[in-house]
Amino acid sequence: MPFYSEKVTDHFQNPRNVGEIKDADGTGEIGNPVCGDMMSFYIKVKDNIIEDVKFKTFGCGAAIAVSSMVSEMAKGKTLDEALQITNANVAKELGGLPANKMHCSNLGADALHKAIEDYKKRQEVTP
Amino acid sequence: MKEIYLENHANTRIDERVFEEMLPYFREYYGNAQSMHSLGFQSKDAVEKARFQVAHLIGSKESEIYFTSCASEANNMAVKGVAEAYRQKGKHIIVSEIEHFSVLYAARRLSQSGFEVTMLPVDRYGLVSPEDVKNAIREDTILVSIQHANPEIGTIQPIAEIAAICRVRAIPFHTDAVCTAGTIPVNVNDVGADLLTLSGSQFYGPKGAAALYIKKGVRIVPQIDGGIQENGRRAGTENVPAIVGFGKACEIAEQEMEENYRHMLGLRNSLTAALPEKILYIYINGHPEKRLPNNVNISVEFVEGEGMFLLLDQKGIYVSSGSACASKALKMSHVLTAIKVDPAIGQGSILVTFSKYNGHADIDYLLAEFPPIVAKLRDMSPLYSYFQKTGQRRAAGPGTDYEHEHEHEHEHEQNQEDE
Repeated sequence: MPFYSEKVTDHFQNPRNVGEIKDADGTGEIGNPVCGDMMSFYIKVKDNIIEDVKFKTFGCGAAIAVSSMVSEMAKGKTLDEALQITNANVAKELGGLPANKMHCSNLGADALHKAIEDYKKRQEVTP
Repeated sequence: MKEIYLENHANTRIDERVFEEMLPYFREYYGNAQSMHSLGFQSKDAVEKARFQVAHLIGSKESEIYFTSCASEANNMAVKGVAEAYRQKGKHIIVSEIEHFSVLYAARRLSQSGFEVTMLPVDRYGLVSPEDVKNAIREDTILVSIQHANPEIGTIQPIAEIAAICRVRAIPFHTDAVCTAGTIPVNVNDVGADLLTLSGSQFYGPKGAAALYIKKGVRIVPQIDGGIQENGRRAGTENVPAIVGFGKACEIAEQEMEENYRHMLGLRNSLTAALPEKILYIYINGHPEKRLPNNVNISVEFVEGEGMFLLLDQKGIYVSSGSACASKALKMSHVLTAIKVDPAIGQGSILVTFSKYNGHADIDYLLAEFPPIVAKLRDMSPLYSYFQKTGQRRAAGPGTDYEHEHEHEHEHEQNQEDE
């Protein structure tokens, strides 16, 4: 049996929403010192809905697949809905992750949540 | 799909001649080598022939060759066996930081039962300094174990010098020659080793047979108790087909070593010359000259190793990586850590190891497929876009310290304990 599920492999090989948003409404970055992953998420928000999301990731196959999946899950969602995305449902959507790669799914959700927090903070400063 | 195997330090493809030699010992001569009937003697004779072939390869006496099931077992036997045998004399052991885990964990196990272990550092090329060995030796040192060459970065150690230092102090010296024996000339007399590990699966022999050379007069305590096999030093029914294959592999290796060496060196030199022209920001790890002919370890900046080897795998190119993500323990390889590779760069390490079966067409294929893979991963790397925008490098951070990751590390430690 291969190390990764078919879905992980697909998202890793053909990641969705790779890139940066120049005039992003919120950005979130997260890194992991243990295995050296790093993810940057960019979101574009309109009427409380995530209109566009892009990411850049330095990391293993799981980290890239997680980023891609999180970006797909977040697109079109309200901010509150997007905040409900957890490591558990990202991993589930990917058809499971190997036990020692579960932490990668935390990174994706956390980076997205950070981007949302950043957006909210910016709203406070410039209402 | 094309398949190119470039992980030959993990295992080599068996030589057809070796395979043919083994076959009768599955089907016709299946007797136990310790049996007293004719079928048993067929097996016994085959094992002794192999012992001669192995001894001949490394210039030892046949009586100094002890067959084991694998190199890890031979390394355990050397480290633990010598430590136990000489414990009245002392409790101090010296190893290097970049030994194979079968030496490192054997030493660690001993440190849990009263032995003291000095782990010698290496320089940025992975070299152990003989001077450091000399300075680390104490009155109660009973074993020095330094590998001949490192499987990950290919650096060849000055083991003859180290052995000479040990000899003056009458301290048994073990060397793990798994990467060198059968690939480059290894003669126990020239090296001056008291114990030496070699494995046939590294040079076109089968898995399941390796050997420990133990110089006459060096004492060890057996690590597997039971029967009288291997002169009472290693019990267990001989794996006759594997041992026969191992012997044949030694015979072939001896005859064809020079030719294979030149061939693999040519491949290595082509690859290391061409890669930096095709991919920017790559670094070759290990010593530039004192290295194995078939080992190329490179770090590709701004990308992570597992991603590269998965995409290479999709192209039928089989390599390995020393990155943390690629390891089950999620730690960067202990070897890259020891040579102080910047973790941000070490994460992008890829190890390519050749065999005699690889050809220049394989290098061409790798050179065609690898650069686009790196480009694809760099395109999605935040570290690379930061570098492109600012000309500055940044570490993969700022860092999220997940509690459960440490639990996981802990679990790993536990597993090591429980093994």
